[in-house]
Amino acid sequence: MVTTSRAWLSLHRWLWGLNQEQRSVVIAYLMIVAIVGLGSLIMPQFASPNYLLLQLMKASFLGAVAAGQMMVILTGNIDLSVSWTLNLAAVMVTSIAQGQNERLWLGVLAGLAVGLIVGLLNGLGVAYLRIPSLVLTLGMDAVVKGVTVLYTGAQPKGESPELLNLIVHHKVWGGLPSVVLVWTAISLFCFIVLHRSALGRKIYAVGNNEICAYLSGVKSHRVLISAFVLSGLMNAIAGILLVGYAGRSFNGMGEPYLLPSIAAVVIGGTNILGGSGLYMGTVAGAIIITLLESTLSIMQISQAGRNIIYGLVILGMLFLYGRGSQIRE
Amino acid sequence: MQPLVEARDITKRYDGVVALDQASFRCQPGSIHALVGENGAGKSTLVKILSGVVIPDAGTINVRGRPVVIDSPIVATRLGIGAVFQELSLMPDLTVAENIFITNPPRTHLGLVDRKALYRRAKQFLAELGFQDVDPDALIGELPLAQRQLVEIAKALSRDPQVLILDEGTSALTMQEVHTVFEIMERLRAQNRSVIFISHRMDEVEEIADTITIFRDGRNVASFPAGTVGREEMVQMMIGRKLEQVFPPKRALPAHEVPLLVIEDLSWGDTLRNISFRLGEGEILGLGGLEGQGQRELLLALFGVLRNVRGRIYVNGEEKQITSPAAAASAGIRLALIPEDRKTEGLILPMPVKDNITLATLHQYARFGLMMHHQERAAVDRVIEQLRIKVPSPSVTVRSLSGGNQQKVVIAKWLLTQAQIYLLYDLTRGIDVGTKHEIYQLMRALADEGAGILFFSTDLSELVGLCDRVLVLYEGRISAELSGEALSEENLVATALGMKANGREESPVRRMA
Amino acid sequence: MTTLSIADGAQWLRRFFRRNFKVGIAYVALLALLGVYAGLQPRLFTKLVITATANQGMALVLASMGQTAVVLTAGIDLSVGPIVSLSNTLASTLFPDSVPGVIGVVVLVLLVGALAGLINGLIVVYGRLQPIIVTLATASIYSGFALMLRPRPGGYVPLWYGDLLTRRVFDLIPTSLVLLAFVLIFIWAPFRRSRLGLAVYAVGSDERAAYMSGLNVNRAKVAAYVMAGFLAALAGLFLTAQTSSGDATIGAVYTLQSIGAVVLGGTSLFGGSGGVAGTIAGAFVIRIISSVLFFAGINPLSQPLFEGLVLLIAISLGAARTFTLRNRLETMR
Repeated sequence: MVTTSRAWLSLHRWLWGLNQEQRSVVIAYLMIVAIVGLGSLIMPQFASPNYLLLQLMKASFLGAVAAGQMMVILTGNIDLSVSWTLNLAAVMVTSIAQGQNERLWLGVLAGLAVGLIVGLLNGLGVAYLRIPSLVLTLGMDAVVKGVTVLYTGAQPKGESPELLNLIVHHKVWGGLPSVVLVWTAISLFCFIVLHRSALGRKIYAVGNNEICAYLSGVKSHRVLISAFVLSGLMNAIAGILLVGYAGRSFNGMGEPYLLPSIAAVVIGGTNILGGSGLYMGTVAGAIIITLLESTLSIMQISQAGRNIIYGLVILGMLFLYGRGSQIRE
Repeated sequence: MQPLVEARDITKRYDGVVALDQASFRCQPGSIHALVGENGAGKSTLVKILSGVVIPDAGTINVRGRPVVIDSPIVATRLGIGAVFQELSLMPDLTVAENIFITNPPRTHLGLVDRKALYRRAKQFLAELGFQDVDPDALIGELPLAQRQLVEIAKALSRDPQVLILDEGTSALTMQEVHTVFEIMERLRAQNRSVIFISHRMDEVEEIADTITIFRDGRNVASFPAGTVGREEMVQMMIGRKLEQVFPPKRALPAHEVPLLVIEDLSWGDTLRNISFRLGEGEILGLGGLEGQGQRELLLALFGVLRNVRGRIYVNGEEKQITSPAAAASAGIRLALIPEDRKTEGLILPMPVKDNITLATLHQYARFGLMMHHQERAAVDRVIEQLRIKVPSPSVTVRSLSGGNQQKVVIAKWLLTQAQIYLLYDLTRGIDVGTKHEIYQLMRALADEGAGILFFSTDLSELVGLCDRVLVLYEGRISAELSGEALSEENLVATALGMKANGREESPVRRMA
Repeated sequence: MTTLSIADGAQWLRRFFRRNFKVGIAYVALLALLGVYAGLQPRLFTKLVITATANQGMALVLASMGQTAVVLTAGIDLSVGPIVSLSNTLASTLFPDSVPGVIGVVVLVLLVGALAGLINGLIVVYGRLQPIIVTLATASIYSGFALMLRPRPGGYVPLWYGDLLTRRVFDLIPTSLVLLAFVLIFIWAPFRRSRLGLAVYAVGSDERAAYMSGLNVNRAKVAAYVMAGFLAALAGLFLTAQTSSGDATIGAVYTLQSIGAVVLGGTSLFGGSGGVAGTIAGAFVIRIISSVLFFAGINPLSQPLFEGLVLLIAISLGAARTFTLRNRLETMR
């Protein structure tokens, strides 16, 4: 009895020692446990490794997009060009690779180039022309849509090369879809950039107080551009992976990822105004949203109910994190 | 006679610095009461407390004999106290008329705002006040500062205050306009109302005030009818015998062929006009003058923040174009700027102390872009020890530090860059005396090691005690250069007010209309 | 009576152009667009085509006017589209045949819209959360309710209702324009001209100064969101007349398009300046572009690109701030 109560005490002290950022991440992961618990009450196979791995697989795509979105949100901006950047990158893969494995690398390069260019244009507009990112990325999304529609002629042709399908679907180690490994690699990269690199420090600094960062000699314009470029690349990667998942590309495939990416970042504890948030929180956020959607569909709750619960969960978690997390000086 | 407003034993602390120390103040009805004193003497804080912007830690306030609690600007307005501050409370996208009557605009019988009546009432009101040149239909954002100050005054007056407080709300006005404001003050006095006004301009104070109160170090030092105390004595009381401000001894400047920094004809819009000077190695060059005469813009211009700056800058003999702070801090130029507002410009409050300290030198602790934790920590620990920054650990957020320690963090950030020229804006404002001394020693040490320091301060004793030379700025120009014997507090005050050194009256302080 | 001198008149004119510069550009763009349209479609000036064009833009105009109110307070409302959908699905579910019945439903739907806006405003103000994320969440909730009412498109809309709103008054003026005039005169103008409307602009211009001046900042913000919800619901009611059915996804595009219309019309995203005059032009520009492109014989596949480019360029021109500021710090937060 004494040891368990001492364990509780040290747990308690650890929880109290956490700062705002860390506490939100802990809450987010607890939420995952809660959802898995709830789901398994309804469908016992929910907690099975197979099913959970499937969820992780689904979460990978959102996870990639959310990672990029987090970078941008941390600087105090937002990226609304997610859907069509993703779409165009996907289209590039299928139309250039044309189903042939030998040309896959070319298609992937083209897709990444799309992400790079869109991100660069976004970043330049925000950093130098000082156009609010809300409207700039909105307009950029419309332009990329136009380019995509023109290029594909209403519906894209071409299938995904087998190799890509394999990369996405293949299971390693007896059950782990390899796309999850890709997400893990992306996460490792993002974690290192945000929490271990000089660029990461600058991103947080700019998001918190661009004036001070600028006056301290930080090239804040470059930081902003980097954030948008990374987001563009992440969107492109998500598009490329989705091609492997679906076996083809189609117009509109990026739509379901915009608002959930923002939600995932915010649920993960990142402040929508920028400057604070931990990467592991965004990972949790992507998982929560994916799990939520699956749980709700298992419960056979209609799309309507799902939407309502989705919105309530976002509001609920924001209130849980404390209003202080949203207000800055 | 019962005072209109009485404050007793008011105490207010900011981050361990005492702004008001059991201060008292009494204002009689029907009087024009001047509050004078140096920067940091507590006048602004007192007046902010009276107008509900700041809540005191202790003390009582009575209005017309009844104790009151003033915890918001609305309460103050209801009590009949109206204030005009330097940070204006005007909405830039609305018109003058809309701003003046914002809480109580004239309405049509439908209950909607009557635009025509609003315009007419504003025009009439402004004319009554003597501000007929202000266009009621102009947007505040379109107006020059002087007219905005007039609108702010009109707005305060439109609420029919019993006590009107002016905290330096006339800094940009012409002589004509100031006299118009004086006439308003006299009219208020005739109606048995009162005016409390804070000013640095002694000639104005002497002209209009009937009572003068001197504040120093957070206390009411003296209160007397105007004219009963001579100006020299007043200045003495303002400066006073503070705790011995011991400044490190100055050194004779080494003669150098090539000065660190040469500025020629630096101009920026109307704010900086043909500024030229030199800064040598090991020299502490002071910038004096009243605040708002271009000192801030000069430092920002040198640091690459302003666009369209004309003139030439030479660093170590070579002409340089400084287009951004990153460029200014770069290897060829090595400037450092410690800005005006440490809370919004110098520090990122929610971030840890160590992140703030290394913000300007991140790449020194990074290999291939990745932060080397040990190297960073070593540098941070070193500079914390060197500056004796009191922190439980470098990981606490900088917000939790006292003002003095916060400023040390800003200094630490720039020390790590090993700059050769330091631009300092009012470095010791709002900092406790102990830390001030430490900073003085540091400045001297940096200069002795060969750095050049350009130092703006509103604290006259610092300019006299630390600087080898002081350039006094007035309306964007260098109006005087004081050094050696001529570098005294009296001369600094005189030249800041536009008078010549040695107290001889020169051209009037203000522009003609 | 004072007589205006020519100099006074000139000064007034100059000031008018300087202040309404951006709105002017929006109308110039609209006129240019209409000019091109007329050139391509000579029958533009027939009653039929004018009515159709006005109808095409009306729902967006109304929804964008609501968005304008929120943007003026320096906020944003991402739930505009879902409220449009909610209004449409609710109406198509409840509409009876009789006139009094329809009127009753219309009133109910408008109240629901206002209520949705009220909820938005209360959460933003008293929850002290950022508008973008609050309205993102409520958007999901309201679209959920819309889906609950109409899982599949359908519902009932009396024929006379659709005809009433989409045709002409006295066979001359499109009813939609009459409706717009009605909204401007009896709904927007009283709001804009009231003390509350003034407070909305004040809060957007400088919230801190507004508070220091003694204005009720909370009330102004909540009012803006209520107005947005109300007008979005009105937009949905008009849309119902056009489509004669209910569809829970019909409002989706209105969110981002309403933001585009607001920015195109010159209202600043930072609050305090702008208004519905420019927004109306902006909304029509967005809606008419597709028709213009169609008649210009531009490859339908290129249309989205042109639409996107126009939107991007117009938005950028409206929102770019670097060119006038000489101190770089002023461009940063």
